[in-house]
Amino acid sequence: MIHSLFLINRSGDIFLEKHWKSVISRSVCDYFFEAKEKAVEPEDVPPVLQTPHHYLISIFRGKLFFLSVIQTEIPPLFVIEFLHRVADTMQDYFGECSESVLKDNVVTVYELLEEMLDNGFPLATESNVLKEMIRPPTILRSVVNTLTGGSNVGGTLPTGQLSNIPWRRAGVKYTNNEAYFDVIEEIDAIVDKSGSTVFAEIQGVIEACVRLSGMPDLTLSFMNPRLLDDVSFHPCVRYKRWESERVLSFIPPDGNFILMNYHVSSQNLVAIPVYAKQSISFFETGSCGRLDITIGPKQAMGKTVESLMVRIHMPKAVLSANLTATQGNYTYDLATKVLVWDIGKLNPQKLPNLRGSLTTQAGAPKPEDNPSLNIEFKIQQLAISGLKVSRLDMHGEKYKPFKGVKYLTKAGKFQVRT
Amino acid sequence: MTTMQKLLQLPVNAVNIVKTVQSQVQGQEEDKSPVLTPDGGQQAWYNALQPDELRHLRSGGSGGGGGGGGGGDKEEKAPLEEGGSSLQSQPLRHDDLKEMLDSNKDSLKLEAMKRIVAMIARGKNASDLFPAVVKNVACKNIEVKKLVYVYLVRYAEEQQDLALLSISTFQRGLKDPNQLIRASALRVLSSIRVTIIVPIMMLAIKEAASDMSPYVRKTAAHAIPKLYSLDPEQKDQLIEVIEKLLADKTTLVAGSVVMAFEEVCPERIDLIHKNYRKLCNLLIDVEEWGQVVIINMLTRYARTQFLNPNINESLLEEGSSSDKTFYGSEEDEDDEEEKEKKAEAVAIAKRKPYVMDPDHRLLLRNTKPLLQSRNAAVVMAVAQLYFHLAPKAEVGVIAKALVRLLRSHSEVQYVVLQNVATMTIKRRGMFEPYLKSFYIRSTDPTQIKILKLEVLTNLANETNISTILREFQTYIKSMDKDFVAATIQAIGRCATNIGEVRDTCLNGLVQLLSNRDELVVAESVVVIKKLLQMQPEKHSDIIKHMAKLTDNIQVPMARASILWLIGEYCEHVPKIAPDVLRKMAKSFTNEEDIVKLQIINLAAKLYLTNSKQTKLLTQYVLNLAKYDQNYDIRDRARFIRQLIVPTEKSGALSKYAKKLFLALKPAPVLESPFKDRDHFQLGSLSHLLNAKAGGYQELPDWPEAAPDPSVRNVEVFALLERVTTLTSVPEWTKCSSREKRKEKKVEKPFYSDSEGESGPTESADSESDSASSSERSSGSSDSGSGSESEESEEASDSEEEEEDEEEKDKKKKKKKKETKKPRQQSESEQTSDEEEKKRERKSKQCKSDSESESEEEESESESSQSESEESESEAEVKKKKAAESKPPPKPVKKESKKEKKEMSLLDLDDFEPAPSPQVTPVNTFLSNSLVTDLEGLSLSDTVLSPATISPSSALKNYELLHRITGEGLSVEYCFSRQPFSPDGNMVAVQMQFTNSATADAKSLHMEDVKLQSGMRVKEFPEIELLPAGETATAVMGIDFCDSTQAANFQLCTHTRKFFVSIQPPVGELMRPVFLTENEFKKEQGQLMGMNEITEKLTLDAKCRNEHSIVQRVTTAVNVSRVPCGSDKECSPPVPPPAAPVHRFAGRTVTSGSLVLITVVTKEEGAAQLTVNCEKMLIGTMLVKDVLLALTQ
Repeated sequence: MIHSLFLINRSGDIFLEKHWKSVISRSVCDYFFEAKEKAVEPEDVPPVLQTPHHYLISIFRGKLFFLSVIQTEIPPLFVIEFLHRVADTMQDYFGECSESVLKDNVVTVYELLEEMLDNGFPLATESNVLKEMIRPPTILRSVVNTLTGGSNVGGTLPTGQLSNIPWRRAGVKYTNNEAYFDVIEEIDAIVDKSGSTVFAEIQGVIEACVRLSGMPDLTLSFMNPRLLDDVSFHPCVRYKRWESERVLSFIPPDGNFILMNYHVSSQNLVAIPVYAKQSISFFETGSCGRLDITIGPKQAMGKTVESLMVRIHMPKAVLSANLTATQGNYTYDLATKVLVWDIGKLNPQKLPNLRGSLTTQAGAPKPEDNPSLNIEFKIQQLAISGLKVSRLDMHGEKYKPFKGVKYLTKAGKFQVRT
Repeated sequence: MTTMQKLLQLPVNAVNIVKTVQSQVQGQEEDKSPVLTPDGGQQAWYNALQPDELRHLRSGGSGGGGGGGGGGDKEEKAPLEEGGSSLQSQPLRHDDLKEMLDSNKDSLKLEAMKRIVAMIARGKNASDLFPAVVKNVACKNIEVKKLVYVYLVRYAEEQQDLALLSISTFQRGLKDPNQLIRASALRVLSSIRVTIIVPIMMLAIKEAASDMSPYVRKTAAHAIPKLYSLDPEQKDQLIEVIEKLLADKTTLVAGSVVMAFEEVCPERIDLIHKNYRKLCNLLIDVEEWGQVVIINMLTRYARTQFLNPNINESLLEEGSSSDKTFYGSEEDEDDEEEKEKKAEAVAIAKRKPYVMDPDHRLLLRNTKPLLQSRNAAVVMAVAQLYFHLAPKAEVGVIAKALVRLLRSHSEVQYVVLQNVATMTIKRRGMFEPYLKSFYIRSTDPTQIKILKLEVLTNLANETNISTILREFQTYIKSMDKDFVAATIQAIGRCATNIGEVRDTCLNGLVQLLSNRDELVVAESVVVIKKLLQMQPEKHSDIIKHMAKLTDNIQVPMARASILWLIGEYCEHVPKIAPDVLRKMAKSFTNEEDIVKLQIINLAAKLYLTNSKQTKLLTQYVLNLAKYDQNYDIRDRARFIRQLIVPTEKSGALSKYAKKLFLALKPAPVLESPFKDRDHFQLGSLSHLLNAKAGGYQELPDWPEAAPDPSVRNVEVFALLERVTTLTSVPEWTKCSSREKRKEKKVEKPFYSDSEGESGPTESADSESDSASSSERSSGSSDSGSGSESEESEEASDSEEEEEDEEEKDKKKKKKKKETKKPRQQSESEQTSDEEEKKRERKSKQCKSDSESESEEEESESESSQSESEESESEAEVKKKKAAESKPPPKPVKKESKKEKKEMSLLDLDDFEPAPSPQVTPVNTFLSNSLVTDLEGLSLSDTVLSPATISPSSALKNYELLHRITGEGLSVEYCFSRQPFSPDGNMVAVQMQFTNSATADAKSLHMEDVKLQSGMRVKEFPEIELLPAGETATAVMGIDFCDSTQAANFQLCTHTRKFFVSIQPPVGELMRPVFLTENEFKKEQGQLMGMNEITEKLTLDAKCRNEHSIVQRVTTAVNVSRVPCGSDKECSPPVPPPAAPVHRFAGRTVTSGSLVLITVVTKEEGAAQLTVNCEKMLIGTMLVKDVLLALTQ
């Protein structure tokens, strides 16, 4: 099982180590550093490395590497998933998962890690259980603790740990009882040069923010649940009810959580909200190139496309870009060779256009390939698949909660090939 | 430092100030310090500069500690002043920390511990603080204590002697009433790796393994591998503990103990037998990490215990029939028999046709929902289980879930793609529909791209190759050169695998030869070389083209490939080849080794084919090689010279030189690197690395013959007990109030077996799932009536036996069946005899329907369907004829007699068929409707005169209006259990109006119906006149919407209005349906989980015989009995079980949901009641009612 954990920042410093069994020298990380040297991008570091005596399984999250040391056979996904859970927990506790924050809260981090694993086997990973054992730091609490001598560590076993709903704390109380659900759909698409769709699908997620007192039992139903092709649930969702009635019945965790992920069946035609007309060309001589991009609305269901942004990973040879944008502004990062054009709201009357010239390195051969465009956008109040929440019912508690559903469509991995 | 952090620190600082003031008493040195004077003006300044740090720096300088540490402190001080926070890394000298730890203020201790832990976290050595820290192990403050534990676990190994000081504290902690303290004491005790305390640990683990709290037991399970790694000699004792914990019924423990099992004794697969079914059933409730471990272990288990489900793929040509066996265990039963017959017929068949073990099926069924887990590891675990264990036809379900994981983090993608790549080689069809999900984006990390490419290549076939090649074409233009190279190789593989596109691919690759990127060209050359080897004669122009490339290409591998190609096919390019050799001879000395070797090869081949032109060149090359630095090349040169240049010495071999060099070489097979990786368990580390990792447990091959499945049988008693604990909890119902539920749960906590400490437990759907499935398993072992386990036993038993024995077996079975059937027939004949006798006394009309009834009883299946259809059509007919004439009272009487017969029919195996007026209502209902139908009579109000119903005295009358409140008019109603003809979804309510007043009541009708939403009422026709002293009846229909909500309305006479309401007992909300036992079981199998409620009860003394049970149940609930005759059919040769089972079936009136009631009686009046109903609320209420009926 998981033997040790090292947190490593991007420049390769180990700033935290935790061992659940006997101590393993941090020199074991050298193998990892070696691999990291070889990789161009941090993402290219192989997640699983083999060393003479250990196996190193790592993830890259928030500019940090979480590196775990394994000694014996274990499903690699088990470790990867756990490491991501650690990162999620940190994010949940401290608002972000960065080196400085973790360093500032090193003791809490350590206590958390201590609770999350026992002898390398996950013990408590539900954030609600953890929060009962180790309370997240807040300003108020630290003041109170100092004055009263209280501590951030719970003295009794969290009820969640024993119950069948470890995700929920007992005795939750709110003055405003509210439940919000965000239906967020992402369009993953590959559009080819000519503008025809090579591949498109919709991935959705329902993010919930539930602040309800007591033990509410919620039922969320959809107008058109048949749309959903493949789903995965938070453990709180009763699978049987979904199977038989296509409703989501659950006792929610307290706070923010992801209720379900879904995939809209690929039989449905996916509406592509925007199109891009682009021409990027490099000249054989003169070490320069031209770029001309126009973005227009395609099938936006009558809604405005917002937060439009185009991101282009330029060939390494491109030195600078001299462009004019009719709307929004652009930046070209020399180090990463990424051209970002932040457009904002898409105005169908006046299509945004970006054109101008690119300077390439003198003497370098003409780039072989034209870079593809990665488009980002958002459409408020629309679920592009047409999924609609029909109602939310609550049982088990007497009060009337405030309920809200929000829809949002955005671009997932939306790529236009050139 | 953010303001937030400052704020956070403020209080800490404040404490420190207080602290320092106090410590003035102790440390006089501090008094001297000018900074310390606690005056307001300076405090603000402290805050900014972190006064506690200052304090310690100061005291460090002046305190009793040696100056040795001072230097080190200064080093660390520098970064701190830049921006460290107080907690993170104060470079306190250890003396100060010791001082703080020795103080009696918890806050000081806490502060010190936090700093020490921060040091540990950064990897700094804090071991010399051990004595000071270990003293605080008994500290009251829980946070301090926890931090001390952290420290102890980290350093105990290094300071074994001192660590022993803490042991007594833990031993005390093990006895603490607080389970958290018990658990953490055990946790730490087992984590400090000190060999001397092994016996203590062993003792503690043993004790904790039988602790009340499941959490402590879980901790005990965790401690097992710790102790094992510390002292492997304890293995035997630990296995005992594992065995004990494996039997634990809580989900909390299951995952951890299986983990321990895997680490300590994975080879002891026999320990799993008894717990196999339980693990399968609990699985969905176990926390996600435990699920992964359990699923992986069960995969291995299943490989040792079950037969390969795909074994008969080749044996049975009729694929469809073999597929059938895979579905549903119930069907298996039938299929099994069919198969056996088949096998008999085809005596030549060497192997028995495959029948899936029900336990195998159980595993597959119970893991499937977990594909929906949010945890990628769980999904992967299920996927590999299906891949390794499921019949081919079913493996497909995992594809969707795996494709879903591709949206996850890139590390998850990486692992999943590796496994998908392996799977696609074996089962390409599975992922074909998801081809596009593997298309590559330019933003994917390179390693992901290459894996996706691998999958795409594996998926390529004749139909999709054109799309794939088009995709590949775009990839070739990518900026990521490694990826381009991989794409070219992928194209090569597609070309070798799919003949049709070989030429297209080749042309495409040749075009790439003019690519500007050398890497691309080089890779293309290598691939083209491999392709050309397949049909070289057709492509001499390509070889020529490539020969030209030798001038430009510098990549050694590519050059070597070209040279080899030219040498190999020199007869196709006779003019160019010598020229190339000439050029190469020139540059020989500058070439890489592999190129040199190929130059020698080329020279040798040319020498053999075209010695005229190349003799000198070859000699020159060989001479150069003779003095090469690389011994390999020197050796080769020497060897070749001997071989090809005929001399006196080497006569014999050189004859064969041509054969040796110009032999036809087989074209290389381009294979996926993922080929044959599936001998590793998918999803495992070993699979990913393609090398056996330490501790990897081989996935065993399927056994030739299945081991005895009975080893998994568990004693009935234990199981039953568990069933009740598991299922007696009320279901999730929409309406039941929270408190109620809670109360109940406290009484019978779910998995934690009523332990004091476990709080109110909550359950999700999974709970019921497991409950139900455990029920299932218990059902299979307890009832003995056609239960699966026994069947499986039979099945596999016979599998193990020799053929002839098998045959015997089958014959026996056949005989049994045959004997059974006649018996049944005779019985029914008997009854029909009786019938005849009675019939004589009766009118003729009844004949037809009674016959049909008995037929109904015998015939299986369909009946329920046809029945309902029938009644529906009847209803229509009746509608038309409604309110016309009266049916004769005869049918009623008939009914009552028939009922008696029915009873005897039902009680086939009963000793004395004690006739009773009670009916299994389906028959009443059926017969009645049949009668009306046959006679062409229509229902009218008077049809259902009280007399009609009286025979089934069970029909209870309820009062609607009392005589006094009604001023002489009294109304009673009962649920007639007749279909309400105008609307099949309504419950017929028969009302009897009695006018005991002196005056006539006129125009009785109803008004102002107040109903809950969804409910409907069909009013009874107005009664114009009810003379004094008379009675009248009317029938109304109410659609209660399957709820027990009351229907409120006003009953009006010409003078008065009365508010009345009708509330149905839940038992009246349904109508009976006829099911055979097999159908019943099948339906029951589908209504498990939340839909099942089980309750134990003690039967009333008067109702211990079968007959009275049936009567009471059917009185309370309008259901029909499921004939138990078929019991015998399926039961094994062993004597029938002692526990008679009574089954009843019905459907709710409105929604038609099935309601299944099972009563299992045991000795001493103990019984168990199970209700399965889709509508949980109804089920719950039904249980209450039936309980009441049976216990009073």
